[in-house]
Amino acid sequence: MKQIDFSNSPRIDQVGIEDRIARITARSIKKESKMQGLLMALNMIDLTTLEGADTEEKVKQLCFKAHHLHDDIPGLPTTAAVCVYPNFVKLAVNELKGTGVKVAAVATAFPSGQSSAEIKLLDTKMAVDNGADEVDMVISRGKFHSGDYNFVFDEIAMIKEACGKNVRLKVILETGEIGTLDKVRQASDIAMYAGADFIKTSTGKIKPAATLPVTLVMLEAIRDYYYKTGIMIGMKPAGGISTSKLALQYLLMVKETLGGKWLTNEYFRFGASSLANDVLLQIAKQQSGIYQSNDYFSKV
Amino acid sequence: MKKTHKIDFSSDWNLAPAPESTTHFKLKDTYDLFINGKFVAPKSGKYFDTINPANEKVLAKVAEANEADIDSAVKAARKAYDTVWSKLSGKERGKYIYRIARIIQERAREFAVVETLNGGKAIRESRDVDVPLAAAHFFYYAGWADKLEYAFPNRKPKALGVAGQIIPWNFPLLMAAWKIAPALAAGNTVVIKSSETTPLTAYLLAEVIQEAGLPAGVVNIVSGAGLTGSFIVNHPDVDKIAFTGSTAVGKIIMKAIAGTPKKSTMELGGKAANIIFEDAALDQAVEGIVNGIFFNQGHVCCAGSRLYVQESVFDVVVQKLKDRMNSLNVGDPLDKNTDIGAINSKKQLETIAKYIEIGKNEGAEMYQPSCDLPSKGFWCRPTIFTKVSQSNRIAQEEIFGPVLAIQTFRTVDEVIEKANNTPYGLSAGVWTDKGSKIFNMTSQMRAGVVWANTFNKFDPASPFGGYKESGFGREGGVHGLEAYLKFE
Repeated sequence: MKQIDFSNSPRIDQVGIEDRIARITARSIKKESKMQGLLMALNMIDLTTLEGADTEEKVKQLCFKAHHLHDDIPGLPTTAAVCVYPNFVKLAVNELKGTGVKVAAVATAFPSGQSSAEIKLLDTKMAVDNGADEVDMVISRGKFHSGDYNFVFDEIAMIKEACGKNVRLKVILETGEIGTLDKVRQASDIAMYAGADFIKTSTGKIKPAATLPVTLVMLEAIRDYYYKTGIMIGMKPAGGISTSKLALQYLLMVKETLGGKWLTNEYFRFGASSLANDVLLQIAKQQSGIYQSNDYFSKV
Repeated sequence: MKKTHKIDFSSDWNLAPAPESTTHFKLKDTYDLFINGKFVAPKSGKYFDTINPANEKVLAKVAEANEADIDSAVKAARKAYDTVWSKLSGKERGKYIYRIARIIQERAREFAVVETLNGGKAIRESRDVDVPLAAAHFFYYAGWADKLEYAFPNRKPKALGVAGQIIPWNFPLLMAAWKIAPALAAGNTVVIKSSETTPLTAYLLAEVIQEAGLPAGVVNIVSGAGLTGSFIVNHPDVDKIAFTGSTAVGKIIMKAIAGTPKKSTMELGGKAANIIFEDAALDQAVEGIVNGIFFNQGHVCCAGSRLYVQESVFDVVVQKLKDRMNSLNVGDPLDKNTDIGAINSKKQLETIAKYIEIGKNEGAEMYQPSCDLPSKGFWCRPTIFTKVSQSNRIAQEEIFGPVLAIQTFRTVDEVIEKANNTPYGLSAGVWTDKGSKIFNMTSQMRAGVVWANTFNKFDPASPFGGYKESGFGREGGVHGLEAYLKFE
């Protein structure tokens, strides 16, 4: 493949993006399409805990919740994955054996990415060796801002190599630190061409995290990449998506930008911790006709 | 072009119908003329049916004004002008106009639903564009009513008298607002005729005007077809004709008022060039193309109906456009998720169908997304033509439907020449990431409005109007006031 000039990524017009988002958020997603969308959303969640205070008990509880979202309601799907720090991967893999729920690990000196290549590699290897199905890496935002796109590209390629074919790599752009939509597009292109299986908005540690406009820019980058290569790259907005309504708007945006094939957890994920409960609350409401108290749904 | 991979837009997840409720109001069976502050039966004795173009059902019977009806409307307007309206201060006039604006806002849902029922446009548009903009126009001109001296310093502005106004069917309420608000602010009284296919919201506006307590005869609202319009145009006691509609009818009106002291403004047809440069934000440009041509089913005089794409990005722009067209919902205008509603009338659908045939026969390549259309009513899928020549009729004539003619260009000079090579000159669009290119283009385009990196955006403060056969005079902004004033 000929060398791609990442300094010349397609331009993004922010006003135009916001206009498009306004069209999407004006859509009315009701009745059976709402129910279907909610179930889909549940199945796309990467149930996440990434705290310094995480304990083995907490990770265990999270893993149980991932495949027992709310046993009161029969027929619920599992979440797509559980997302933890590398040191909990072994435990999570054990807990989730046979459930179909994947284990994702953040790596590469998450969340800042401020470390050496060796340490990032070791971090990744630790996750992979312990049995992670997916690795969520962060890009080096400092290098990106300084214009060293080749460094960013090479680093992603190196981590993808360490992941191997069977471990899917999600590349976190940390769009809240990237600044403009032009730059989001540019970082998306770098990540995809360097070997990302998924591109992901945020670590969840920086505000703003995922937004509809940023995600639309990334979906359009995925679409352009698909036009050219026929390769389907996944998308994961993470952080800041805590309501069902917003989740449904994301799904509709995916449908209208990339079509129905992307509407599975193979190609779309929500990185979220509190979204699941709001979706459960809505599903219970769709079934019973009344909103229940939050206290009927387990926090973890 | 290199092979590209196609996106499959079929999905198991589809939006359930989300129709806007119609139970919060009741249409009357019959709408009479609104003359001298009252609803009165027409002297013509004639009523015509007005239908819902989405299902061809009759919505109501509407009075048809004849010459005698127009004469009483003009007399009422003249009397109101002489005895009340011209004697009121600008501040008092402004109060009435504000009141109209506020009542439109209060009845916004009703206005939106009736506009959609009667005209076929998607509720998303009548709710988010037509009605809020109509209210905004009244608010905006209400503010000017007591500031005319400041708008035109040292020019001693005076009202003209009775304004005769004729509006089209594509934006019935909004066009009424564009016409009535500046006329009242400038101190004129009004006789306005709505279109024969979409008369209903004008009569809702008449109810609003009653509710606002406007002095009798200041605004008179009538309905009927071209003949009724001609009675307004030819009435000797009308001081000004404001017309929005086709260029052909505009020419007839200009002939009719030649040699009379009547002032006039004409807002006529268009065939806007929408120009996409290779350095534009292409995905957003595609959105602009869609808004430019498919907004209101293309029933927009300033629609971006001629698309010029720089040759280097032609393939990718067309591919993205086709993909975007696949996510447009065509169908029930009352559904909140509908993007493209019904064609306004059978006659208009025939015109559009005729042009689509012409395009095919001229050798252009047509594309329409596959989507089901309702069995009743008047419908047209969004349509684009590639391999179009500048000399093709679909590239030269106004179609007034969701039909886009796409050509390519290589240089700035070439595209300016092509863009200006039209009898019209109402609007244009330029898409580029480069600011200097925008200013270079806009200064050379012969069009009344040139949008940069957007399309079909309207604001009451911004003047609107055409070059060449798109008409003359401006509506909106201070310019819009000037069209209803004379100066010493």
